[in-house]
Amino acid sequence: MKQMVELTVNGEKKRIYVRPAATLLNTLREELGLTGAKPGCENGDCGACTINFDGRPMKSCLTLSIEAVDHQVTTIEGLIDTPIQQAFVKQFAFQCGYCTSGFIMNCHALAELYPNANEYQIKDWLQSNICRCTGYEEIEAAITEVLKNKAIEDTPS
Amino acid sequence: MISINFEYHRPHSISEALEMFGELHAKGKEPIFYNGGTEIITMMRIHSLYTEARAVIDIKTIPECTYTGFQGDRLVIGSSIPLAQLQEMPEFPLLGKTCSRIADHTSREKITIGGNICGTIKYKEAVLPLLLTDCDLVIAGDNGINEIPIQQVFDKHMLLAPGSFVVQVLVKKQFLDLPYVSKKMTRIDRIGYPLLTVSALKTGEQARFAFSGLCDFPFRSNSVEDALNNQDWSVQERITNAISQLPAPLLGDAEGSAAYREFVLRNVLEESIAELKGG
Ligand SMILES: Cc1cc2nc3c(=O)[nH]c(=O)nc-3n(C[C@H](O)[C@H](O)[C@H](O)COP(=O)(O)OP(=O)(O)OC[C@H]3O[C@@H](n4cnc5c(N)ncnc54)[C@H](O)[C@@H]3O)c2cc1C
Ligand code: FES
Ligand code: FES
Repeated sequence: MKQMVELTVNGEKKRIYVRPAATLLNTLREELGLTGAKPGCENGDCGACTINFDGRPMKSCLTLSIEAVDHQVTTIEGLIDTPIQQAFVKQFAFQCGYCTSGFIMNCHALAELYPNANEYQIKDWLQSNICRCTGYEEIEAAITEVLKNKAIEDTPS
Repeated sequence: MISINFEYHRPHSISEALEMFGELHAKGKEPIFYNGGTEIITMMRIHSLYTEARAVIDIKTIPECTYTGFQGDRLVIGSSIPLAQLQEMPEFPLLGKTCSRIADHTSREKITIGGNICGTIKYKEAVLPLLLTDCDLVIAGDNGINEIPIQQVFDKHMLLAPGSFVVQVLVKKQFLDLPYVSKKMTRIDRIGYPLLTVSALKTGEQARFAFSGLCDFPFRSNSVEDALNNQDWSVQERITNAISQLPAPLLGDAEGSAAYREFVLRNVLEESIAELKGG
């Protein structure tokens, strides 16, 4: 029942055999060895599996792998030293780290798409992810710092 | 993991989707239309629903389903538009506000308006603005492609013939920027299924009201509206009469007891009436 598909993940084209019923979360982890997206609830509730899909945040447990054909998928492995990753380190925005890749993928999309996001929008987006270690203040500080720095960079001197 | 196996199909036109459905149905594959897929994936995974389906037809690649824009005096909303996009659509603020409280933001990137109103879950909150604005639905099926008033195809849930699907929602411009309220009350957190959601629209001197989470299904009711608009009564009398006209008993469940729902409903209606009066 497996079928050959071509997925574009972190800018690389991958030809793999998948079951049409396989979720993107399962395929990323089990077929492509990209274990950054974490399985939590697998029900759309926790955000641990968040990736970027054409640059927008998406829960990979709510997406079939085959739906990703002709789309760009970015996982945490595809981000290298981005401002949000640096801010997470600086602000100590993780403890056990299980939720971290999901939060970072969500924050990264927010910063890229809405560099002028207001407080309401930040909260609205971040409420999609749960941190069992309750590091919410530090996570909010990290995204706020990234957006502030972007605003400074974008201000004409 | 979803243990059931099914075929995945991507039609590129309405006619191709209908043909595919017919062929797959004839082969006994029990096909279903797939939109955001969030309900299909989550329910299949726990073997709760859609367990017979051996083929899904993804309608997100049909251009009409992903279209939004004005055509003549109507706003056209494709049924595959995700709720997160509707939340940002300035043309229809009541729909935007209502959608902004359904699920969480990342899930709204995937949940579509078509999936929300056609799904099995009892809340279907996105249908409230559609009921209030007397929208038409473009439905494709064996009888061709037809525009049908929502009141004719939505009664507690969508009444679709097998093999037909919602292509678009058409909303008349005259309703888009009327004064409105949209209030969702949840048990604890900001995100969650509704204890109750009230959406209301002021059309001239009258107000229209639609509800989700109160009863086992979302609804708009003439008798409830008549009671709430009766100027011969005090606001409290209007609300008491409206509650006596509800189409089914108030829900009592994990979100809250029936008595608590009634208490919250009274307050939300009082606030809504006051806000619309000023609006
Ligand atoms: C995390 C989460 C939180 C949620 N919170 C809420 C909430 O607060 N309020 C609320 O109202 N709902 C909520 N929901 C429920 C959600 O809105 C519904 O499950 C909805 O059906 C999902 O839409 P979809 O596009 O993913 O549908 P799909 O999974 O693609 O489809 C669901 C059903 O609708 C049918 N269908 C889809 N589109 C069409 C169409 N155009 N024509 C005909 N049939 C169609 C499918 O065949 C299937 O039977 C939540 C869901 C999740 C995952
Ligand atoms: S694992 Fe996807 S939202 Fe929890
Ligand atoms: S850091 Fe442990 S769950 Fe968030």
